[in-house]
Amino acid sequence: MSADVLVPFDDVLERFDPALGLEVHVELNTASKMFCGCPTEFGAEPNTQVCPTCLGLPGAMPVVNRKAVESAIRIGLALNCEIAEWCRFARKNYFYPDMPKNFQTSQYDEPIAFNGFMDVEVDGQAFRVEIERAHMEEDTGKSLHVGGATGRIHGADYSLVDYNRAGIPLIEIVTRPIVGAGEKAPEIAKAYVAQLRDLIVALGVSDARMDQGSIRADVNLSLSPRGAGTLGTRTETKNVNSLRSVERAVRYEMSRHAGVLEEGRPILQETRHWHEDTGITTSGREKSDAEDYRYFPEPDLVPVAPSREWVEELRGTLPENPTQKRARLQAEWGFSDLEMRDTVGAGALGLVEETIAAGASPQAARKWWLSDMARRANEAGVELTALAVTPLDVARVQTLVDEGKINDKLARQVFDGLLAGEGTPDEIVEARGLAIVSDDGALGTAVDNAIAANPDVADKIRDGKVAAAGALIGAVMKEMRGQADAGRVRELILEKLT
Amino acid sequence: MPEDTPGSSTSRSDRVEITRDEVAHLANLARIDLDDAELDHLAPQLSVILESVASISGVAGDDVPPTSHALPMTNVFREDVVRPCLTAEQALSGAPAQGAAAVRGPADPRGRAVSGLTRRTAAELADALAAGETTSVELTRAHLDRIAEVDGAVHAFLHVDAEGALAQAAAADERRAAGSPASALDGVPIAVKDVLATQGLPTTCGSKILEGWIPPYDATVVARLKQAGLPILGKTNMDEFAMGSSTEHSAYGPTHNPWDLDRIPGGSGGGSAAAVAAFEAPLAIGTDTGGSIRQPGAVTGTVGVKPTYGGVSRYGLVALANSLDQAGPVTRTVLDSALLHEVIGGHDPLDSTSIDQPLASLVDAARRGAAGDLTGVRIGVVTELGGEGYQAGVLARFQESVDLMVKAGAEVVEVSCPSFVHALATYYLILPAEASSNLAKFDAMRYGMRVLPEGVENPSAEEVMRATRDAGFGDEVKRRIILGTYALSSGYYDAYYGQAQKVRTLISRDFAAAFERADVLVSPTAPTTAFKLGEKLDDPMAMYLNDLATIPANLAGVPGISVPSGLADEDGLPAGVQILAPALADDRLYRVGAALEAALLEQWGGPLLDKAPALEGAAR
Ligand SMILES: [Zn+2]
Repeated sequence: MSADVLVPFDDVLERFDPALGLEVHVELNTASKMFCGCPTEFGAEPNTQVCPTCLGLPGAMPVVNRKAVESAIRIGLALNCEIAEWCRFARKNYFYPDMPKNFQTSQYDEPIAFNGFMDVEVDGQAFRVEIERAHMEEDTGKSLHVGGATGRIHGADYSLVDYNRAGIPLIEIVTRPIVGAGEKAPEIAKAYVAQLRDLIVALGVSDARMDQGSIRADVNLSLSPRGAGTLGTRTETKNVNSLRSVERAVRYEMSRHAGVLEEGRPILQETRHWHEDTGITTSGREKSDAEDYRYFPEPDLVPVAPSREWVEELRGTLPENPTQKRARLQAEWGFSDLEMRDTVGAGALGLVEETIAAGASPQAARKWWLSDMARRANEAGVELTALAVTPLDVARVQTLVDEGKINDKLARQVFDGLLAGEGTPDEIVEARGLAIVSDDGALGTAVDNAIAANPDVADKIRDGKVAAAGALIGAVMKEMRGQADAGRVRELILEKLT
Repeated sequence: MPEDTPGSSTSRSDRVEITRDEVAHLANLARIDLDDAELDHLAPQLSVILESVASISGVAGDDVPPTSHALPMTNVFREDVVRPCLTAEQALSGAPAQGAAAVRGPADPRGRAVSGLTRRTAAELADALAAGETTSVELTRAHLDRIAEVDGAVHAFLHVDAEGALAQAAAADERRAAGSPASALDGVPIAVKDVLATQGLPTTCGSKILEGWIPPYDATVVARLKQAGLPILGKTNMDEFAMGSSTEHSAYGPTHNPWDLDRIPGGSGGGSAAAVAAFEAPLAIGTDTGGSIRQPGAVTGTVGVKPTYGGVSRYGLVALANSLDQAGPVTRTVLDSALLHEVIGGHDPLDSTSIDQPLASLVDAARRGAAGDLTGVRIGVVTELGGEGYQAGVLARFQESVDLMVKAGAEVVEVSCPSFVHALATYYLILPAEASSNLAKFDAMRYGMRVLPEGVENPSAEEVMRATRDAGFGDEVKRRIILGTYALSSGYYDAYYGQAQKVRTLISRDFAAAFERADVLVSPTAPTTAFKLGEKLDDPMAMYLNDLATIPANLAGVPGISVPSGLADEDGLPAGVQILAPALADDRLYRVGAALEAALLEQWGGPLLDKAPALEGAAR
């Protein structure tokens, strides 16, 4: 459906400088909502986690969740921000069917945290992303548009709204325009979101599941003529819900902007929607002058004025600085620069760390997550963290391999079982009967059977054509239903025939 | 200064005007479909209002910090603990219906003539209940009978809950019989302004747009009334969303003043004041954003109290202007107000602006005041709240009250609060701004009324929203939504809303300075006695002037009481005197108010309301 003219990426860079901006919404994992006591669990029956306040019923009032403020301050501190000595919530007024009050309680010109930065690593090089602000706000409800072709509100037959999500605390983290990234812009965008997600995980303030929307990225992009040093008109691409998509969306918008500009047309300042399946963006609503949010201080809430003691107390709860932590882990694990970079790039750092903590060797942990798990996640189109395999599972599977109970091939079947929800690794080994047979008695019988059944193959081996042993090994493995140590089988065959 | 062109008396740049196109743009932002006639009508009306409120732009405010909260509070948090939710059924109930009429309770078939019970004060009724001389069922029924008899003429109630009130009364009687009353007022019935959410009882705020909405929860004030055992007789009439000073802006028809059924009972809480004045209820709850408890009190000869902002929970009070609203007692005596205030007041964790301090002992203060000694009390007469624009008879009664207080030992000082002249303009910027945002939630999606646009097949949610908001809101509400949308819009915020918040600071400072010299401030409550129904309906500015004396207290968050001061000579209608105290010093209102009341009762030889017409058999 896209009639967009796309300029090849390398050509874009010859003529334009990109400027990036990222707005990341982090859904906090507090037990209750931002302004009321409703639970925040994901996936509950629609409209069962609501009360007068988050439904916006006439008369109901908000009260700020202390834990949410603490999380906001901790995020701010981890992003090297200043923490406001005094700040307020404000109403952002606009009408939307999934917003119960038709205003969002947010922060406007007085964010809780501001003026920070994060050093992002791409290809072993650090790039500083400046953080403009991190502010607190509430999530909206969720509309389900039924009927119509697009699944959007326009053209739908009717819409249903689930208010369970309404009022869940969000922290919106906004970067300053990222300039000078050049060809690295797409990777920097991805690395920023990945590193931010790792930070959020380390802070323990969010489930940090991009696939469930607990981290949502909006990508702002503009191009300016190369070397001009100005900022062009930007578009805001919403709904970018995986790390891979962040990179792809930046790449796509760069090519599209260049196409529009080269045709001598202006870029419209608008919201665009990212389509994961087709890898393109389409126009959303245009940000016209008529949009006027009429912010003013929320009169139902009093200012938040965190004492410096409180802020310092929270600073004391921060996890290790990610850059330093990465250097420490690399040394501890003995990873090469490349191995470390791949691990970080795959968003597997935390998973590998936890797997090692659960007893696996660093190389084994890295191998499973970056090869097998990465492939499965890719096939399923989800993040690694979204797989139904935990670091504990991986560590246990590796222990089973180390103990010789299963081999790598069987281990993959255990992972199949884990993804199918068949239970723990040990239960799956038991239920699927996956344990390796290494006792020579049983194997010997199977080898004898194979030789007897394939006399011509046996003859070839006796004649010195050792390579033909493969056929006999295959027959033995088939009889043993794969649960044999293939190396031992080979040894037994050669012992018997040569 | 350069000369203006001949013939024009005002310079162009001073003139503030909202064009028809601007009104259309604002209406679009506020999602209200206005037709051409409405646009033609509104543009000049809004220009007049704006011209008047724009006067505050001349106030020097460069070094003045803005005030958005009357009382400085910070860091009000709740712990991260999960609390029970509504059931999905409750959450989805109250979905829009079309055309349900306001419900009236049936008159009790055994109804009979007024019993003496309805003439008694709440304190007397509580004593009678405690002494076993009557039962709650008996006196609740007596009030229901009185409602059945006179409310056809007065129209104080939008909804009467006879069944619920009698059930609550029976429960109160059981507690009394068991020797464990829930409070001093256990069993004394009460009426509640229809702006407070009542679980299971319709709550309309006097608006068509909330027709048929039955809240799934109780406002904290209502929950406290129930806890204290006060049977709720019903919900009282009010100007739509509390916007007005006459109750004429109710979508369900006006309330009539029991002193003269052709006159207004004040507003917005005219229903509560009239119910108490007409002996339909011994007690009522009102809400006061700019005078909506005190001004109706003054013009109906009743007592009304606006507590310190944050003194009574706003949870469940459908917000007009959140930073100004405050619920409070509407009664016939100062002591009754104190008794009721102690029931509804005090900290509420559901309201972030609620003051987390124990309530002063208000009943004690009222009893002490009733002894009539005001020795050592400094009474400040506010220069700016009197004189021009005030009816002569109202001023005469006011002076008499001051003289009585002096006789009781008080010392009188003149105080000047120069910023008060900007109070009305400040108020009419802050209130519409907050209201325009508060009223955005009425979008025909989840509760209340739903109107389908005419001649549109398969209308979108957006079209239904616009049509509903046009049909569901009355003229005054639309005026204020448009005005508030204007005051908050980009490019105008600093000049209007921002500037109003600065002037609000100046008004608070004037109060602080005045309270250095005086323990309480006094003024007439309202500039005039009750005017005729319809008299000011088409002149918004004239209507707004009714609240001239009451508005400053809301802007500064300080408490105030209106006590009847007698009847104006020229029309024989009641007037009121307003007493204001510093924030958190609500007890001073009761001490001084009770002392004044005692002196006046002695002068009158009985309650002022004894002079009001009997309404039995009255028709309008
Ligand atoms: Zn809730």
